Amino acid sequence: MNIALTVDSVQQEALPSASEAGPAPKRIVVAYGFWIFLLSDIVMFAALFASYAVLVHATAEGPTGAQLFNQTTVAIETACLLVSSYTCGLMSLAVNSRNRLGTYLGALITFGLGAAFLTLEVREFADMIAHGATPQRSAFLSAFFTLVGCHGLHVTLGLIWLVVMMVQVAVMGFVANVQHRLLCFSLFWHALDIVWVGVFTVVYLMGVSL
Amino acid sequence: MTDVRYDRAPGDIPSEEARAWAPSEALVYTIGLLVALILTATSFWVANTSLLWPGGVGLGLAVLAIAQMGIHLVFFLHITSGPESTNNVLALAFGVLIVFVVVAGTMWIVADMNANMMMPSGAPMSMRMQH
Repeated sequence: MNIALTVDSVQQEALPSASEAGPAPKRIVVAYGFWIFLLSDIVMFAALFASYAVLVHATAEGPTGAQLFNQTTVAIETACLLVSSYTCGLMSLAVNSRNRLGTYLGALITFGLGAAFLTLEVREFADMIAHGATPQRSAFLSAFFTLVGCHGLHVTLGLIWLVVMMVQVAVMGFVANVQHRLLCFSLFWHALDIVWVGVFTVVYLMGVSL
Repeated sequence: MTDVRYDRAPGDIPSEEARAWAPSEALVYTIGLLVALILTATSFWVANTSLLWPGGVGLGLAVLAIAQMGIHLVFFLHITSGPESTNNVLALAFGVLIVFVVVAGTMWIVADMNANMMMPSGAPMSMRMQH
């Protein structure tokens, strides 16, 4: 009995729970919705990973991953994307403190590293295609180009989004809507890095060593 | 009703009361970057070394990748176990469940079908054509 009373009084003192507090601020609703979208995007990537894992040995006597992949390129790509994720985090700190210069600087470095990643990836693809390893050569290569290309497409969209956001910061300043979009962008960019961890492990490292 | 507690937006930095004891935000990102770099370097080393038992390399790489995804979630996306990010964690848990079902289920089913493709050579032709 006493214990029940104590629990009750503790609950009285606590802040109202989220459900009692009414609608959440728009920043939380927007970011949560975008979080749901990102998770569905990751489920789509999971389907591509699954098809890649199933088809990885279906090379049709064509080139295998171990013959095609260059680990140095992959290591540089990984470093670019990881550091760009870091600078994107620093950019969101600058956004939170309404620091215009810091935001532009963070965005510039993030964009540069993302563009470097994309350049390396496009060059890798072009090199593979020049050596006859086209997507239509084997099921393995179809799955490879679909999975890695889909990630590259996301990075491309992210870069375009980043440019658009910087234009919005320049024109509109740090109004609430722009801040929500910048929060969503940083979520998107970090999620892309998480997907890339899966890509370089499953596709490149396991492809070379197993 | 001034200090109503809402759930936290994913990717948002924890609020002041949670931050009183915590390191500065930039330091959180820096720690995350360093740990992620160490894990990445370890992954590349594991894939190329001849010191380890080759049979365990795949599992080791998978563990390193999952660890690094966790580091990204905690240090870059600020997913915590606190009550204000329950919604984010629940959505994430559901996403992870679906990812697991899709990947493991596909690999299991296709491996099973692949094994069933190999009929013993003595089997009658009608059995081979069943599927």
